[in-house]
Amino acid sequence: MNCPEDLKYTKEHEWARVESENEVKVGITDYAQQELGDIVFVELPEEGAEVTQGEVFGSIESVKAVSDLYSPVTGKVSAVNGRIADEPELVNSDPYGEGWLLSVEIDDKSQLDSLLDASAYISYVEEEKKE
Amino acid sequence: MKYIPNTSRDKEKIYKKLGVSSFDELLEDIPKELISDKRIDIPGPLSEIEIERKLESLSAQNAPEKKILSFAGAGAYDHYVPAHIETIISRSEFLTAYTPYQPEISQGTLQTIYEYQSLICELTGLDVSNASMYDGASALAEAALMASRIKKRNKILIAGTVNPSYVKVVKTYLQGLEIEVLTIPQKNGILDIDVFKELIDENVNACVFQYPDFFGSIQDIDEYCEIASSKGALKIFSVDPIALGILESPAAFGADIITGEGQPMGIPLSFGGPYLGFFACRREYVRQMPGRVVGATTDKEGRHGFVLTLQTREQHIRREKATSNICSNQALTALAACVYLVSLGKEGIREVALQCLSKSHYAAKSLCSINSEIELINDKPFFKEFALSLPVSARDVIERMSISGIIPGVALSSFFDKSYENMLLVAVTEKRSREEISSLVSGLDKTIKQLY
Repeated sequence: MNCPEDLKYTKEHEWARVESENEVKVGITDYAQQELGDIVFVELPEEGAEVTQGEVFGSIESVKAVSDLYSPVTGKVSAVNGRIADEPELVNSDPYGEGWLLSVEIDDKSQLDSLLDASAYISYVEEEKKE
Repeated sequence: MKYIPNTSRDKEKIYKKLGVSSFDELLEDIPKELISDKRIDIPGPLSEIEIERKLESLSAQNAPEKKILSFAGAGAYDHYVPAHIETIISRSEFLTAYTPYQPEISQGTLQTIYEYQSLICELTGLDVSNASMYDGASALAEAALMASRIKKRNKILIAGTVNPSYVKVVKTYLQGLEIEVLTIPQKNGILDIDVFKELIDENVNACVFQYPDFFGSIQDIDEYCEIASSKGALKIFSVDPIALGILESPAAFGADIITGEGQPMGIPLSFGGPYLGFFACRREYVRQMPGRVVGATTDKEGRHGFVLTLQTREQHIRREKATSNICSNQALTALAACVYLVSLGKEGIREVALQCLSKSHYAAKSLCSINSEIELINDKPFFKEFALSLPVSARDVIERMSISGIIPGVALSSFFDKSYENMLLVAVTEKRSREEISSLVSGLDKTIKQLY
């Protein structure tokens, strides 16, 4: 399971990466894309929309199911990955890179403290698998 | 199949197996006050000959369809239904089939739905059609819900010229969703554009129109659509499919969703249905579209086949988060519409539409020439239906004329306030002959003289 050390994770399998003082990139984890299977569509908010930590900001559709996407942070959407509309498979092939979903402008970096780090996320997933 | 499958011996066996001594013992856990001690009043059994007599006498209470001359419309129309439609839809493979839940084994059913969808796209000029819905009203309500899912705003504007029964269904569907349904007022079938301009804003999910409208008229909707677009609202239309045989589809002036009642396409008039709701939208909104969609594909050997597609948004997969709680369709009436459209073809639909147009205009002209007090309620162009203002109560006229076997139309006061008391909505389809229209004219002339 690929879980870069420099990212923060949610129990709903999204990641957040601090890009600059008030900019965070958001995507879904490698484990999530594997579980979903071939991704065919991602519904994302528009630029300028507000997202809230722990709340749904969109949905992701694979050939198996549609799942909600939960925001790891609270803030304003400053950019949406425009390539996803035509190439949703990027989420499968490069979930931490070209398959990113949103860039969010945040006020308060301390909100990231409540997220899981890589090792905590890995053990959470291991536990989940056992169940 | 036996209707009373359990004999008393069967029951004894069941009780013994369950370890109870009677049926009442089985119900012991249900509080006494919830159990009714009243016997259900069901009449005793009848013999075959008795039941036949009983049913015949019941059916004799119906107005004999062939002997009634109907100019009633207001949403359900007496178009001709070619005989072969019933023959085809009566095949047991179609007649007894429900919407396929194991689609891959129902290739024939899927193919007919696919063909139906293709025809609806062709007719409406939009990109995607679903497999059909219950009726025109519920299709329109689903369109309003869909627009609200897409836009996530809190208002729907609905033209006062939309069928008032449909408006009620839309309001019912939107209840509890914190979406306000506002009506664009109309007077004698003419919309008030100034009020529309006041009502429309950035909180409107969609504007809903009917085309031709409930009064039969074709209004200039372009300006409304432009204003709606400028506020980012979607445009929804409920259309008469037959009218699209000669009129440009609202897709041409920007409709995002087109719905309608499919009954005019080869489905007989019957009290309340089963009818057919058709539903089409632009491709970009397909994931918010309610209902099932059949797609064409190839299997691993490269053979052509059909599947239910986009099922991931349906309730058996997405549960409470499903796009809509509609994941069924009206397969049999959709098939009837499919056969109807295929048999008539482009030219045939055009011919039906042209006949509706010329016969209704002939009837309107003849009715208005009875006397100067009978006139059209507005000067808008109309397709197959028009509203007349009479010198007497429309209800009285209908009541009198019906006795002699002619239903001259529908009273607008059944839908609107008292100021519509003298207004009669008349529908003339391609089925009406010159003689029948003459009977309507002379009948109305005579009735008005009697009532005066």
